[in-house]
This record gives sequence, C-alpha cells and structure tokens, in this order.
Amino acid sequence: MSTTETGCSSTEPEVTGGLGYDETELTLGLPGAGGSKPSETDRKRGFAAAVGLNVGAASRGEDCGARSSDSSDGSVSGAIKRSAAKAQVVGWPPVRSFRRTALRSCTYVKVAVDGAPYLRKVDLEAHGGYEQLLAALEEMFSCFTVRDYPDERRLVDPVNGTEYVPTYEDKDGDWMLVGDVPWKSVLSFFLSCFLTVAAVRFNMLRA
Amino acid sequence: MVGGFRWAAMFPDEVWEHVFSFLPADADRNAAALVCRAWYRLERRSRWRVFVGNCYAVEPAAAVRRFPEVRAAAIKGKPHFADFNLVPSDWGGGAEAWVEAMAEGWPHLEELRLKRMVVSDDCLELIARCFKNFKVLSLVSCEGFSTAGLAAIAANCRYLRELDLHENEVEDNCLHWMSHFPESCTSLVTLNIACLEGEVNVSVLERLIGRCPNLKTLRLNHSVPLERLVGLLHRAPQLVDLGTGKYAAQHHPELFSRLESAIAGCKNLKGLSGFWEAGPTFLPAIYSVCEGLTSLNLSYATIQGPELIKLISRCKNLQRLWVMDLIEDEGLIAVAASCKLLQELRVFPSDPYGAAQPISLTEHGLVAISAGCPMLHSVLYFCRQMTNAALLTVAKNCPNFTCFRLCIMEPHTPDYITRQPLDAGFSAIVESCKHLRRLSLSGLLTDLVFKSIGASANRLEMLSVAFAGDGDAGLHYILSGCKNLRKLEIRDCPFGDKPLLDNAAKLETMRSLWMSSCSVTLGACRQLARKMPLLNVEVINERKRGLPLELQPDNCPVEKLYIYRTVAGPRSDTPSCVWILR
Repeated sequence: MSTTETGCSSTEPEVTGGLGYDETELTLGLPGAGGSKPSETDRKRGFAAAVGLNVGAASRGEDCGARSSDSSDGSVSGAIKRSAAKAQVVGWPPVRSFRRTALRSCTYVKVAVDGAPYLRKVDLEAHGGYEQLLAALEEMFSCFTVRDYPDERRLVDPVNGTEYVPTYEDKDGDWMLVGDVPWKSVLSFFLSCFLTVAAVRFNMLRA
Repeated sequence: MVGGFRWAAMFPDEVWEHVFSFLPADADRNAAALVCRAWYRLERRSRWRVFVGNCYAVEPAAAVRRFPEVRAAAIKGKPHFADFNLVPSDWGGGAEAWVEAMAEGWPHLEELRLKRMVVSDDCLELIARCFKNFKVLSLVSCEGFSTAGLAAIAANCRYLRELDLHENEVEDNCLHWMSHFPESCTSLVTLNIACLEGEVNVSVLERLIGRCPNLKTLRLNHSVPLERLVGLLHRAPQLVDLGTGKYAAQHHPELFSRLESAIAGCKNLKGLSGFWEAGPTFLPAIYSVCEGLTSLNLSYATIQGPELIKLISRCKNLQRLWVMDLIEDEGLIAVAASCKLLQELRVFPSDPYGAAQPISLTEHGLVAISAGCPMLHSVLYFCRQMTNAALLTVAKNCPNFTCFRLCIMEPHTPDYITRQPLDAGFSAIVESCKHLRRLSLSGLLTDLVFKSIGASANRLEMLSVAFAGDGDAGLHYILSGCKNLRKLEIRDCPFGDKPLLDNAAKLETMRSLWMSSCSVTLGACRQLARKMPLLNVEVINERKRGLPLELQPDNCPVEKLYIYRTVAGPRSDTPSCVWILR
C-alpha cells in the first residue's frame, strides 16, 4: 500500500486504504504546497509546458503497479505504455485474481497525448477490449479538434466566449481533467479523509 | 494369499463391511482392498465416500463402476497454478463427464464437492434432476455456471443442506434465483454466496433463513447492505459462522447500536468473515463476540493497523486469522500477545503490484508470531523482505509446522542484511519441521536449498517453487528425495531435461508435476511419454508459432508442462494449445 501525499499537516494520520486512492488523489492544499512534492526537475511536464506544442514528448500511461517513470523515447499517441522498469510477471505474486478483484484495485490509468493541455484518466475495466478502449480514447482526445465534450465539464465565459475546463494537478505534477474518476470514488476518498480529520480534531480538543 | 483367503471366509460379508466402516481414510481402504479378492469386493461395496484428486486420473465410468454405493464425492480439476492465470482458460477440467457418469451410476449421491472445475448450468440442472437425495453442493474456485443453474438447484433439491460457493466465477443472469427455494425448503445448514457479484433479494433471503432453523453458516455477498444485516441476524441468532455483506454505511448511532445488539444476540458465533469496505466506524459492533471467535477473516477489509489491533486483542480464543498486511509488524506483535491459541495465520498483500515500501510488515512480524503462538502450524505470509536469521528463529520456535508458505514478493530477493540467498533459512525450516506437508519457497535460492529439502522433507506432500535454483541438480534433489511428494509445481526455474528423465519413475508415485518457463525440451517430454505409459505428458504451447508440435524438433523448448499419473490414458477434451505426448 502506498501512502498518499496530502496537503494536510503532518499530524494527520494516513488516510488511504489499499484501494489505489493515490491514483485519484486530489490534494487538500494548493498544488505544490505539500512538503513532499517531487522537485521541479523530477516533475513531468507542467501545465505551461504542456499547453505549448510539444516536441517528441512520449505519451505514456501509468499503471497502478508501475511507479517508476517511463523515460523511453517512443512516441505513441493515445496509446498506453506500461513502464518497462516494473513489468508485471504473469501470475506473480501468487494472489488469486478473485482476491485482487475483490480489493477493487485501481484500474484507472493516465493517458497523455502530445499537444493536449491536460491528461485524462480511463478505467481499463470499463472497456471490453482493445477496440473499445481505442474508440474511447479517440473520443476523449478528439475534443481538442471537435468541440463536444459533456456540458458539465465546460464553463463558458459569457463575456468573451472563452471556454474553461476544470483541471487539477496531481502528485506527479501532471494536469488532469476533473471528472474522469467517478464521483463516488472521490467522495469516498474525501469522506474517509474527513472522518479521520474529524477524529483527530476531536481528540486534540479533548486533550 | 492363502492366509488372507482363510481370514475372509471366517466371517460373513456384513461383519467385514462393518469392520471396514471404521476405516475412513482412503489410503487405509485402498490398502485393505489389496489384501485379497474378497476384501477388494467387500471394500468396494462399502465405500461411500470417494476423493478424486485429479479428474483425469481415472475414467468417471470406471470409478462409478468400482464403487457403486458412493454417497459423497469430491473431485478436483485444474492444476493449482490455474489460480494465478498460468493455465489456459480452455485447458479442461470440465465436470460434465463426471456428472453424467454419476447421474447414471450413483443415483443416491448426496454430496458433491468440486474444486477448480468448469461446471456448466447443464451440469447443475442434471444434478438437480437426477439425485433425489441430494444434500450438499460445494463449488470451490469453479467457473462456467450462472445463477440460472443455481436456481435449478434451489428449486429441485428438496433436502438441500449445504450450498457452499467459494470463490467461483458466477455469471449473474437470474436475479431472483433465490426465490426458487420453495417454501418447503427448511433444511439449510450452510448457505455461502459470498462470491456472487450480483444483487441479492434480501427480503427473499430473510424469509429463507427464517424458515431454516438449523442454519449454522451464512456468508453473504458484498451487495447486502449493512442495514439489512441486522434483520438477517435477528432471524438466525443460532449462527455459528457469519460472513457479512458490505460492512460500511453512513454513520448512524442508531444503526450502530442495532447492529451491535444483533451481533451480540448470536451467542454461538465462532467464525466471522466478509467485511467488505469495512472501516473503523462499525468494527466495534463485533466486540461483544470477539472472545468466542475461533476464526476471523479480515482479508478483504482494508482496515488499518491500530483498528485491527483493537479488534484482534479481544479475540483471545482465535485459532485461525486471515488478514491483510495492513496489520504490519506491530499488529502481529499484538496478535502474538493476545492469541495464544492461534493455529493458522494468513497475511495477504494489500497492494501486490505496488512500489517497494510503505507497509511495515517484515520478518519481525513473522518471528513475533512464531515466538508467541505455540500452537501455530500453518502460515501463509506475503512480505517484501526476509532474513535467514529470522527463518532460523521461526524454525526453532515452530517445529510443528504442517504448512509453511512464504511469498517474498519481488523474485530473487536475498537476505536483505547479509545479501545471501535464503537457502539456510528454508533449510532450517525443513530440518526442524518434521511434519511439514506443504511448502512454498520464494526469494533468492540456490540448488542448496533443494538438497536440504530432498534430504529432510520426508512428510512433504506439496512443494511450490518459483524463480529459484541454479540448474538441473535442484530438481534432481527434489525428485530423488521427498519420499511422500504428491504435487510439485515449478515456474521460472532453470531446471531441464536430465532430472526429469533420470527420475521418471518418481513421477508415477506423484499426483502431478507442473513446470512452466523452465528449460525442458520437447525431446525429453517425448522420451518421458514413451517410457512411462501410465503418465499423461501434456505440453502446453499457447503461442503456436510455426509448425504444429508433432513436427517440431526435439530441441524445441516447452513453455508449460503438466504431467500426471492416470489409468485413463490420454484425455479426449484437449484444446488446441495442449498436446498429450505418447
């Protein structure tokens, strides 16, 4: 189980379970304000760099199991590439698939496409196979040329017609579109966070 | 066998059958059947329980013919490594052949237990139709059926006592299958539906358990909300074993106190499991029954260490504990202090594919348990680091181990302090634990550990090896030693042809051998198959490049190999990726 970095103060206890919340993590503080954020040099391209047209930046995804960054130089637009450093061996460790599914382990992976100002998250489990996955990715990233992403994610400035989308910066320094991870998961994360915070606060008061 | 024959004639058949009824163990009955023809005849007519460890070891019709009075059968199908996706999904293990033969020859069958088999809805319907006295259906790690098949069982098995579904893959296409239990069904003792994915009609379930006064085991699936658990418990306060459904809800003090009192009302509760999505909020509701618990399965609950400690410290009579590594060393130290009657411990990884740290579950936890729990004999432990010193200590503390399975999650991990292989540690285990029946190895290991195992592990029946050894000698030590070895499963080890061919006869004394990603060639398999007609040598090649296997040269490497003894000859249901060499 990985600890997550949150914007909470260091007296707060760990809030995650082994449910991959770190993948969906939204910091409670301002982005970059936490003590243990990766250094500037470690970060993957930040928002400013991403908005400009990128040259040769590899699109890569991050599997829950692959924490190390993928530094290979192939460029495969819209594709998901598993990190070579932590390739998973089939059937190892010997944990029954039944047990793994029951843990509801995170099957969300990040997808980056050259030229896109932010990354997306896609749930591998939601698709039946590669064809469906590629179709979904095409739809997700075609919004940069054809405007048709769901209304609730788009804010239009009535004055000048500029469109805004809500994004957030995750712990890897990537800018992610808000909304890919189901609200229920996010809510559970916040709820557990809140309950723990509340418990700690209560104890502090009593002391 | 003149002496034997005279003995047999001394008493009428009924007396011998009565004598044999005191021999429950198959091994003893098998031995008795070999004494003389009369005993063979008598024993076969009086055997009513049959265990078939490999469904392909014998023709179903032959088994049914030999033992005509069987009331209870247990059959296993796929090799164990199928649990970890190493066996192709279409490999085999279908239950139809057996169910058809049994329907024909054992109409009075009452109990059927299948493990790792492919069971279709047609099979379930056949069972429901043909066995008028059917009482027990247990399906473990099976697949191929749906809730429609369960509906048939529910509707037709009038005397059903046990429906035990453990970790099966069940398609959910009949939402109201439980409504098929007739009102006249009052005989249920065990109902385990924990593995079902779909919604359960809790009202129907309430009525069902309300009319089954002998219900002792009830294991719900995760769709049953916590609020409804209260009602279910009120209707079955006599429960001995409870698997909760989803163990989380909006916090509500009233719900908590209702739950607490409902659980406290189950005065006979000895086992608890389930706890999906459990958090700290509702865990204290079970405190009142903790002292009586002998079995606790928290392995699906992502509860953190401190909460686990608070809970488990109250379980003074615990014999079996299954938990996630979130318990950490500190939690295991608490277990060692509180649970002096502990016999079996399983610690599962909460994040099997995660990065190297942050759970503080190390060799210290294992050592603490070994020191504090004198009755411990069975361990499954997933961790990320180990030392020889720790294993030596564990071996000294626990000479009574019957099952020791250690999984260090990163392959080839050495002793993290000395950087040495873990040969010394595992050798100490096998040398100290003279009753060891099952062993799983992991970490960095050379051929030396196999030398110790071959020499010392005299009671060992099942050995699992992965990413270990230097060469052929390792496998040779095992096959030339380990007198009682029945099942050997190996993956990703540099073992080749020579030890297999040199120890061919050994393979006939074992149930099965699995080898995948080793260094075995097709030529050796062909030789083995020719030499040993009572073995099925199955070569599994999923990649199917180039020529078909019959035309491949002898030096062609074999991806996966499954060898098992059989009196049935080659099976006829092999898929395209499996070749049986003759």
